[in-house]
Amino acid sequence: MHPDRRTLSGIPVDPVYGAGPLPGEYPYTRGIHAGMYRDRHWTMRMFAGFGTAEDTNGRFKELLRSGGTGLSTAFDMPTLMGRDSDHPLAIGEVGRAGVAVDTVEDMADLFADIDLAAVTTSMTINGPAPILLAMYVAVAEEGGVERGRLAGTLQNDILKEYQAQKEYLFPPRPSVRLVTDVIRFTAAEMPRWNPVSVSGYHIREAGSTAAQELAFTLANGFAYVEAAAAVGLDVDDFAPRLSFFFNSHSDLFEEIGKFRAARRIWARWMRERYGARDERSLKLRFHTQTAGVSLTAQQPEVNIARVALQALAGVLGGTQSLHTDSYDEALALPSQEAARIALRTQQVIAHETGVADVADPLGGSAYVEWMTDELERRAEEVFDRLDDEGGGSILEGVYAGIESGWFMGEIAESAYRFEREVNAGDRVVVGVNAFTEGDEGRSSRLLRIGQDTEDLQRKRLAEVRLERDGSAVRTALARVADEAGRPGANLMPALLDAVRTRATVGEVVEVLEDVFGTYVETAVV
Amino acid sequence: MEVRNKGAAPIRVVLAKLGLDGHDRGLKVVARILRDAGMEVVYLGLRQTTGTIVDAVEQEDADVVGISMHNAGHLTLAPLIVAALADAGLGDVPVVIGGVVPDEDLDELAAAGVGAVLGPGASAVEVVASVRGVVDAGVRASGN
Repeated sequence: MHPDRRTLSGIPVDPVYGAGPLPGEYPYTRGIHAGMYRDRHWTMRMFAGFGTAEDTNGRFKELLRSGGTGLSTAFDMPTLMGRDSDHPLAIGEVGRAGVAVDTVEDMADLFADIDLAAVTTSMTINGPAPILLAMYVAVAEEGGVERGRLAGTLQNDILKEYQAQKEYLFPPRPSVRLVTDVIRFTAAEMPRWNPVSVSGYHIREAGSTAAQELAFTLANGFAYVEAAAAVGLDVDDFAPRLSFFFNSHSDLFEEIGKFRAARRIWARWMRERYGARDERSLKLRFHTQTAGVSLTAQQPEVNIARVALQALAGVLGGTQSLHTDSYDEALALPSQEAARIALRTQQVIAHETGVADVADPLGGSAYVEWMTDELERRAEEVFDRLDDEGGGSILEGVYAGIESGWFMGEIAESAYRFEREVNAGDRVVVGVNAFTEGDEGRSSRLLRIGQDTEDLQRKRLAEVRLERDGSAVRTALARVADEAGRPGANLMPALLDAVRTRATVGEVVEVLEDVFGTYVETAVV
Repeated sequence: MEVRNKGAAPIRVVLAKLGLDGHDRGLKVVARILRDAGMEVVYLGLRQTTGTIVDAVEQEDADVVGISMHNAGHLTLAPLIVAALADAGLGDVPVVIGGVVPDEDLDELAAAGVGAVLGPGASAVEVVASVRGVVDAGVRASGN
């Protein structure tokens, strides 16, 4: 990168302004690196996934060709729910809202001709996360890339599934055991891998406020720290690889304050409460995605402006990687053209606006500093509540909040309040309740995934089932069941063996359901 | 089965997510909008099948069914629920689909027997009017 920077008019600018603590200094409110984007831009990581593995592989290559710097995989609903494409509940949903992955063969097709030693890959998967990680490792190793060289992120954040996204499979406690199995496995064997991406994104999309997103997400992060410590790991052995994922919504300064508060809270709690000594354990690294829920089907081109401003908030807030939503996403998966505009939006921010030249350029603004403090204060109130509920354990407090429906109720209440404000006209949504045109001209060039994809994927799955060694699959699944029943065991080695025999995601999940049971929520409306 | 006077009693609506899709923000907001409008809401929530929805409509003597879909599967799944209701002799119970449904799919959904569609950004007024509309149309058609 260029060491000295000048404005468009030629005025030289310093890497940072203001008094300490500076970026790169505890408690990292102003950023986790001293140089921030002057040293290295954020990773432009575009989330993609649709149809069959080949379809998504083509989109991945297009995103890398047009300047994307990381991959991020969206799986379809059956995969997210641990069901095979030929399961009765999968009808109508195969490949429709993400890519269908049933076996390691699909995973191989998904990353065909992409050098897994050279890219970083994020996988948005939670309930069946250990199975998909096993498939990724198996594909890499079959292609000659050892697991230790793989870099990327597994979302693997099951707690927010019960609170918001609702893609859980097993009850909370055995699910958290699977999370800690992955943490233990990657801590020992995959030093460049982030085993959990503690995600506020979905909490926000489900309707929470920024303050709730901040508080619930960090509480979940503390819960995983406690869970990993409880299975015998030292905090500094895994905390440096915990990462976060936040939403960036439309209230610019509230969002920036949220990101800054998140870093400060994490640093303080990790040092003071959890005894971390490694500086890397204190640094909250996060991915940002613009707010899908803010996109409108009316006058969809206006979404390009919304996304640009939300992305700017993420950058001003010091994000490590960024996905920008496509303007057509209120109606369908992003078309290639819309996805490219979204990526170009990041490139404009990075290369044309100058905001990347100075670290935390808003630090010291009275409003931004006040907002940061205020959001931190509100988050601490939630932590106090959860700590009380859990008898001195945030993990137990989070379990209690899930079981009582407290998180769900809080989120639903915020969602309804927002809806009422929009309906009453107290909150303007351009093109929806103000500045409407009558005929809002919905986009017609939508990406459509048809029934043919579903049929094709079922046929591929049938072929894999036919060609594999059935007795090897049964033996491997029996081992998965045994290891699942042994509380101290780590399931990852058995899962790696199972996926190598071409056992399907659904077969493994069914075996685990026999041991762990399933989970049905009590709906809170 | 007990026959209610559908013209006078509050409208009774069954709300559900059909299939694996977990996006329930919209459906929960709609539940409260309809309840605030004086309707009786039977909220089935997530991971329902055509079978569980038909059973609920029958047991609750519902006037209308609302299905929320954010999984791009509406062209496959919506006709299935319409058909399942008809097979159970409940073909007079209208189906309203809400969620991420592009305009270009409206004709195909109407042809499949869907009573109304509420797309992204539908207001509370539109939600209530749409549900009342399909119920009133059904009541008129059956001559009550």
